Amino acid sequence: MKYWHIFMAFFIPGILGYGGGPASIPLVEHEVVERYEWMSVQEFSEMLALANSLPGPIATKMAGYIGYDEGGILGAFIGVFAAVAPSLIIMILLVGILYKYKDSNKVKRLTQYVRPVIAILLGVMAWNFFKESYVGIGFWQTALITICSYLLIERMKVHPAFVIGAALVYGGLLLG
Amino acid sequence: MKTHWDLFIAFFRIGMLGYGGGPGSIPLIHKEVVDKYKWMSDEDFGDLLALGNTLPGPIATKLAGYIGHNVSGFIGMINAVLATILPTIILMIILLASLSSIDDLPWVQGMTAAVIPVVGVMLAVLTWQFFDKAVKGMGWMQSGVMAIIIFALLYFLNMHPGIVIGFLLLMALVKKDKSSKKDETQQHVREKEG
Repeated sequence: MKYWHIFMAFFIPGILGYGGGPASIPLVEHEVVERYEWMSVQEFSEMLALANSLPGPIATKMAGYIGYDEGGILGAFIGVFAAVAPSLIIMILLVGILYKYKDSNKVKRLTQYVRPVIAILLGVMAWNFFKESYVGIGFWQTALITICSYLLIERMKVHPAFVIGAALVYGGLLLG
Repeated sequence: MKTHWDLFIAFFRIGMLGYGGGPGSIPLIHKEVVDKYKWMSDEDFGDLLALGNTLPGPIATKLAGYIGHNVSGFIGMINAVLATILPTIILMIILLASLSSIDDLPWVQGMTAAVIPVVGVMLAVLTWQFFDKAVKGMGWMQSGVMAIIIFALLYFLNMHPGIVIGFLLLMALVKKDKSSKKDETQQHVREKEG
């Protein structure tokens, strides 16, 4: 049953996440935090922070780690398989048919219609993270870290891994 | 053997150097697959990418799997996918496992507390990117109305996001293309320009 849950928790985001791995972040969160309650919002955000500071595809890092946490090596394998296999199999088997329809309006609309859902799920998730932080370290610390990291990542184009590293040092020294 | 080794090294580099999730590694895949090993032409790669984007799920593994399969069959597929994802998954498990054994210490708790708003910012930026793309595709009006309805369905009626997405996918397929005439004229223009 546990392995079936691990499979479903990553299969559903895998077949619904249009827009690459990042689109599946809020869908994975929905399954892992709200549905199966394997992690708290805080634990999920810690995992996401670490995943974001490591290279490589994000969806498989989440699937591998959460699968491992819940069900050991077999769990990791099942989680990754559920995230990767369905769309890869479709791609390899149906490449000819898909190729014919790649410019069709219907197929383009698939991705387009899903985008607002992903945007809202991501937005609410971001909101929950800020709320969590407000409860944990208060308004001023949250605002300070938020503004600094926004300026560094978006305006000065500093690599996110460095910003996360700096936040870790700041938190370890001043918020501990 | 040489091909398998090449596949492994190419996708290992892609996995270890691509930041920003799968979409961030697309230029790296292009560099290895088209420029370095010449497994595909530039044009074929563009087509493959467009095709991969019409399917859900992580893009990096779809590309790795498909290219690996093309280059050397089933084993090539497994090889390329594993080379892309395995190293960082192992890193992730080792790092998080060692972190969780010391997470009662106050300074470790301070560290994780400081990271939450940073991740919040990254998610907010990602939110904006998805919304921006939606607006570019469908315009402000339609995206806005859709966003409000979707929000209500998800958070007031507590619908599972899968059901909402499934319904929208169905709508996308069922909706008739009333703009097919316009498309034809656009294609005409494109042909003339080309």
